[in-house]
Amino acid sequence: MSNDSSSEIEVAGAHEIEHALRRTDIDPRAAKRAERQVAIMFGGSVLASILFVVAFVSVKSTAVVNLPLIGLIGLQNLTLGLASGLGLFLIGAGATHWARKLMSDEEIVDERKSFASDDETRGAVVESFQTGVEESGVMKRPLIRRTLLAALALMPIPAIVLLRDLGPLPETKSRETLWRKGSRIVTDISYRPIKPEDIPLGGLVAGALPADLLKVEEEEGNLNQRAKAAIILVRMAPDEIRSQQIQDGDFQGILAFSKICTHLGCPIALYEQRTKHLLCPCHQSTFDLADDGNVIFGPSARRLPQLAIEVDKEGYLVAKEGFQEPVGPSFWERG
Amino acid sequence: MSTTQRAVATTTTWIDDRIGAGKWLKKNLRKVFPDHWSFMLGEIALYSFILLLLTGVYLTLFYNPSMKEVVYNGSYAPLNGIKMTQAYESTLRVSFDVRGGLLVRQVHHWAALLFVAAVSVHMLRVFFTGAFRKPRELNWVIGVGLMTLAILEGFAGYSLPDDLLSGTGLRIAQGIVLAIPLVGSYVSSFLFGGEFPGTDFIPRLYSIHILLIPGILLGMLTAHLLLVWYQKHTQFPGPGRTNTNVVGYPLLPVYVAKAGGFFFIVSGIITLISAMFSINPIWQYGPYTPDQVSAGSQPDWYIGWLDGAVRVIPNWETVLWGHNISWNILLPALIIPGIMFTLLALYPWVEAKATGDKREHHLLDRPRNAPTRTGLGVMAITFYVLMWISGGNDIIAQAFSWSINSITWTIRVLLIVLPPLVFVITRRACMGLQRRDRDKLLHGRETGIIKRMPSGEYLEVHAPVSSATRAKLVASRESDYAPIEAPPAVDANGVKAPKKRRSGVKLSNFYFANRVIPPTDEEIEEGQHHAAGDLETVRPSGQITSGH
Repeated sequence: MSNDSSSEIEVAGAHEIEHALRRTDIDPRAAKRAERQVAIMFGGSVLASILFVVAFVSVKSTAVVNLPLIGLIGLQNLTLGLASGLGLFLIGAGATHWARKLMSDEEIVDERKSFASDDETRGAVVESFQTGVEESGVMKRPLIRRTLLAALALMPIPAIVLLRDLGPLPETKSRETLWRKGSRIVTDISYRPIKPEDIPLGGLVAGALPADLLKVEEEEGNLNQRAKAAIILVRMAPDEIRSQQIQDGDFQGILAFSKICTHLGCPIALYEQRTKHLLCPCHQSTFDLADDGNVIFGPSARRLPQLAIEVDKEGYLVAKEGFQEPVGPSFWERG
Repeated sequence: MSTTQRAVATTTTWIDDRIGAGKWLKKNLRKVFPDHWSFMLGEIALYSFILLLLTGVYLTLFYNPSMKEVVYNGSYAPLNGIKMTQAYESTLRVSFDVRGGLLVRQVHHWAALLFVAAVSVHMLRVFFTGAFRKPRELNWVIGVGLMTLAILEGFAGYSLPDDLLSGTGLRIAQGIVLAIPLVGSYVSSFLFGGEFPGTDFIPRLYSIHILLIPGILLGMLTAHLLLVWYQKHTQFPGPGRTNTNVVGYPLLPVYVAKAGGFFFIVSGIITLISAMFSINPIWQYGPYTPDQVSAGSQPDWYIGWLDGAVRVIPNWETVLWGHNISWNILLPALIIPGIMFTLLALYPWVEAKATGDKREHHLLDRPRNAPTRTGLGVMAITFYVLMWISGGNDIIAQAFSWSINSITWTIRVLLIVLPPLVFVITRRACMGLQRRDRDKLLHGRETGIIKRMPSGEYLEVHAPVSSATRAKLVASRESDYAPIEAPPAVDANGVKAPKKRRSGVKLSNFYFANRVIPPTDEEIEEGQHHAAGDLETVRPSGQITSGH
């Protein structure tokens, strides 16, 4: 085929459209049968709609049924769904069956016409446009043109500025957490303070928070502090710790790390006791808690920040100081 | 005139008197649409969208897009006394305390999954059959836009219940926003009304999910359908089908029944699935809290490839003068998808540059007849599927007890090696099929009869192909292009050929340097004549003629 732009192409060997007669075209009994089938489907849909109302008023929301392969499911959802599903499906099946068996299946032909206008029309369009532009005088009056362009260029500014109050400026909030020197460490579900002896060697506290979190959440009415402050605690033999970010940041082999993944912020909880590896369930970044919390695999680029801990006078675990680096995902200003 | 006829006449007259619809109706009531199963894919997308609008409106009657915390006290006992947002609480309420509410929620979710699936497969059909070629490039671009919005809309809806799974998805999305150079922290703070998760995001996402995106979707969908209507549907080659006609069944009655009926079939099947198969059981996940997560967290299927890309990328990050550029996030989540969707949208122009073809195309290609395009398409699918598999690397690791590290490394290698390999294999396979078609046209089809000649020679007898098959096969000429010839580097006047021209030649050669040239009519006539002769030799009454 040539690469030129000849407008139309005819397919060589275009032949007559084939048409074969269906059974329903020849045999009136077959046609009658198809008619009955269609009517049964439409009738079935009528029944299904009625059934829906019956199920709606009679099936209790607590009723369950055990179906083979599917298991235990709610009877209300099942009956309502089956009834309305069948009601819909049977209309469609009936209509399709009707079209396929009884409506004419002779294909008909429409001609296409090229969408392109003739050259004269195209010329007229260009001319109309030019006339319009000339009559406006926009080309002759640069002062109008330029001020209009300037006006249009600046017009979106209010719209963008309007978005400013969607939220406060980020400031340094992503660098700050609730942890301070002396913040008591509590478990995440029962908010119980933790003593070192609560954590056996090789043990893990999968979620811990600063004790004042609940009060702050009450005041602020959001979960923002929780999203930054969550930590995990692990205990290993002190000689198993190959390296840690903060000199003597552990307490008798108990190490505290941010629970928020430095990749995209998922809470990390999959800890392998033998290897001291911590795996993020979202994208599988793997951190070695015995070695600085460094990334040993996966997409995260940065180690998990460590929280230095000690015990207070009553013997409960507390933070020795706040986090020394921002927790959670990277951001432009992080450094 | 019967009563019905009179009623129709009265109605149409009333309308025609006011808006002159008569001319349009006369032309369009019996408008012809070609028939092929693959043309139903777009219909499935359309019907799931309609179902989404209907069920979505119902859900808004019960859902409360608020992040205010309340204590649950409802029919689902395991969560009683637990603090949660009103968004989650109202989703539980529609699931457990509204009769049929769970059904509508599940229909909405299943329809969304099907919607994106149908849009994607429909797009593949359009791609592999070349339906995007002139004059349908605009509709292709609208389609790419629709697909992008469909994915965004799906993710927005998935995030609204504010359960543990959806909240984790939002956390990841916020992490991606943070990675945007220069403005990431600001965009995140503005989107979330401060820090993550805040209390503003769900209500904001709600208006985006139920108003902004569906509004744009609806507008673009209308444009998409109007263009299909106005430009008339493409058709596959076959007897009587030419580039200047459209052969099929009339709108009234066949397509009113078939397409109208198909809406009910699609809705019915989605409803039946929702009756039997639970989807997104948010009550099992619990309310969102940023310090909890469940292992094996998976997004809806259409986000899987993005999630997989994020998982498979090496941990590259640059810190320059105190600023972080997170390539490990920017590349898989923004840059690579951005490039992929841009290339997708621009593809019609890429191919037009290679063919140099400015004609209109209304006859569809069989994928084999465009080997390079088909190869590129299968290559893209391979790339996509590999990333999608990567999105389930933890599930695979658990199911087969494989190391997650080796799975990730395998996928990294495959992502680079496999797509080009698949491209070469697919192109070869297409050309093989083209050669077979060419042989069929030239030598007829194999009859399976072996004839022994008096000389002792064995012949396989061929019969001429039917006229219908021939019409289908010769259509390969439509998509056969000779590569554009290189202009002389320096022309007679000593002017260098423009770079643009030369890149077009390169592209064209990449597409068409190796090609199977379809036979001309003369060649076919000669070949078929031979085949007919063959057939003659095996008929009892026929004279034995020489084989070929």
